[in-house]
Amino acid sequence: MLAAMSGGVDSAVAAARAVDAGHEVVGVHLALSRMPGTLRTGSRGCCTVEDAMDARRVADRLGIPFYVWDFSERFHDDVVQDFVDEYAAGRTPNPCLRCNEKIKFEALLDRAIGLGFDRVVTGHYARVEQAPAGPELHRAADWAKDQSYVLGVLTAAQLVHCWFPLAATPTKAEVRAEAAERGFLLAQKPDSHDICFIPDGDTRGFLAERLGADPGEIVDRDGNAVGTHEGVHGYTVGQRRGLSLGVPSPDGRPRFVLEVKPSTRQLVVGPKEALAVSRLAGTRISHAGAPHPALVDGLDVEVQIRAHADPVPAHARMIGEELVIDATEPLTGVATGQSAVLYLGTRVLGQVTIDRTVAADELVRADAAGGREATP
Amino acid sequence: MRLFDHAAATPMRESVREALAAAEPLANPASTHREGQRARAVLEDARERLAATLGAHPTEVILTSGGTESINLALKGAWWAARERAGAGQQPGAIVVPVAEHHATLDAVEWLERQGAQLRWVGVDAHAVTDHEAFAAALAGEPAASVAGASGGTASMAPASVATMLVASNELGSLQPIEPVADASARAGVPLHLDAVGAFGHLPLRFADTGASLMSVASHKLGGPHGVGALVVRRDARLHALHHGGGQQRGLRSGTQDALGASLFALAAEEAMAELAGESARLRELTGAILAAVAPLPGVRVLAAEQRLPHIAHLVVEGAQGESLQFLLDEAGFAVSNGSACSAGVARESHVVRACGVTGAAPLRLSLGRTTTRADVDALIGALPAAIGRARAL
Repeated sequence: MLAAMSGGVDSAVAAARAVDAGHEVVGVHLALSRMPGTLRTGSRGCCTVEDAMDARRVADRLGIPFYVWDFSERFHDDVVQDFVDEYAAGRTPNPCLRCNEKIKFEALLDRAIGLGFDRVVTGHYARVEQAPAGPELHRAADWAKDQSYVLGVLTAAQLVHCWFPLAATPTKAEVRAEAAERGFLLAQKPDSHDICFIPDGDTRGFLAERLGADPGEIVDRDGNAVGTHEGVHGYTVGQRRGLSLGVPSPDGRPRFVLEVKPSTRQLVVGPKEALAVSRLAGTRISHAGAPHPALVDGLDVEVQIRAHADPVPAHARMIGEELVIDATEPLTGVATGQSAVLYLGTRVLGQVTIDRTVAADELVRADAAGGREATP
Repeated sequence: MRLFDHAAATPMRESVREALAAAEPLANPASTHREGQRARAVLEDARERLAATLGAHPTEVILTSGGTESINLALKGAWWAARERAGAGQQPGAIVVPVAEHHATLDAVEWLERQGAQLRWVGVDAHAVTDHEAFAAALAGEPAASVAGASGGTASMAPASVATMLVASNELGSLQPIEPVADASARAGVPLHLDAVGAFGHLPLRFADTGASLMSVASHKLGGPHGVGALVVRRDARLHALHHGGGQQRGLRSGTQDALGASLFALAAEEAMAELAGESARLRELTGAILAAVAPLPGVRVLAAEQRLPHIAHLVVEGAQGESLQFLLDEAGFAVSNGSACSAGVARESHVVRACGVTGAAPLRLSLGRTTTRADVDALIGALPAAIGRARAL
């Protein structure tokens, strides 16, 4: 088995458990940054000299071979550039999901299989069941740490080669305790958060540096100009802060970004209730295992639209090439480019990249008028 | 594990390990009491023996912590001295440096460039052999067509302040044109530094005969301990020190001297030179067998010059990842090198291979040593085709 070791607590314990389980394990640290010489500051940033060293020291303690493999070009092209391109197109990508899809469970997994490994072991909090009908992906026992959302993009072919040894761990505290017990110096290392390739956390600055200033109008839902902005890529649906609005809203209430339109360089703003979305749809669909047969005609599921959002009951069905998801209660802050991951109980059915959304009030109006669906 | 990475570090010789195990405590060689005198005797004895193997005078041997320190002392020390001689507000002559040198050299001169030094880069051919005519032109400050990417343009045509070159490519093993380069340096009055870190102990080399002003060597490349090296400094060479302090070693390298390390280095060097003729013939045959076996494989290219270090067999594999190739060979029990790594452990693209005009190929340096047997080589020759084929299929 190939243990992907980031230098963090979770992947260290996962590798240790794989060794304990009697598998022949090789540790691999992925160098993802094109400048891997930098040092860590606080809990931000990854792929640093210290992370590589932390992973190496765990491998030393486990007595397993360890290598650093350079995936920085792939990471740049498939994750960083994709992130920039998606924002430029007015969508909101999830780079962690993309990294799992393209780097850890594609580039790395492919190489691992080619080199003769059976499985890739990571410290993700999720559970894979190798069922006779094919692999199934499930939520982890610790719902607070559950990472099944960012793995929702994996396919059966990928899942069959995955093992997540932390699946059944009740809490993260237990993983830290285990790391300390095993004598890993990294036991108390802070959790990484934010986007690893934006170590200062300034996403807007990062995008502005790459996409430059591209000023445009801010308009209300009726198309009236209410302000200006320095580039639509600095904004995400649901965002309230950072809007310079010269014209106050009629009722004086705060306004939020409702829509990002790169083609006209416009931001549409409006009241909070207009953010409520009832319908999500997209054509880029993946199934986490064998496709659920009932999805074609319609299936009651739960939908989750962000890594740490609560799942919401929904009805999902295929309409032509499109997967259409109607949530039973309105979702807020839904942006195109995000993944909507579908769950059936603890099981992940798959995901769709959101191409379009329909606001709750529009859908009500359209249904009252007898139309099948409003045009967004 | 069969070791095919002797050029990174060759195992410590049995005699050296025995001497290390039998070592008695030594006082500080700078102490003037009898215990100090005893340590000083061990140190100077080692320096004299080392000087003899180097073809140098003991006074010329400055002991250091290894090749990197020696190279840094040579290049920074010479350029700082030249800058002082040039006087305030005056630009010292440029540094002449081939593009396929070791990173210790490249990073040192690039650091100096940020301190105001001018660099004159000299190109290499498809075997990583330095263009000696371009080197000679760069010494005198003549514009030469083959001076690649000369930084700072051709504004300064003054003679160089220092020049440097490998004795043999540390990656490919190709021997460098020492004679014409040393002659040209002498004619131009430019001090020449030879980087002999990877070559010392592997070919006949006498400092006094080279005509160079400075020469770097290291102990772990010929079976001595790690962390010991030397810079040979001709009496007339002008250098500033990197380390300041007690003024040891002509004031060029302050710091308490490592008498034990020096004596182990001397022992290893003496043995290496004593067995040189037999070992080079044996290793040349073995590396030749490896190259003859892999050269016909699809995607494999041999870049080294005909004249090369006897113990290095270097090849590049097109369409393969060096990381995968190394992993497969490591797993099969062969320790090989796929190039130098950064501090995080990422293998860097080889600037030497790139300088030979090859990109997108995985380099593989197979380096042999006195513990390598014919059976090791036969096993490697048996394993290489499958590993190369599999790495290319990924």
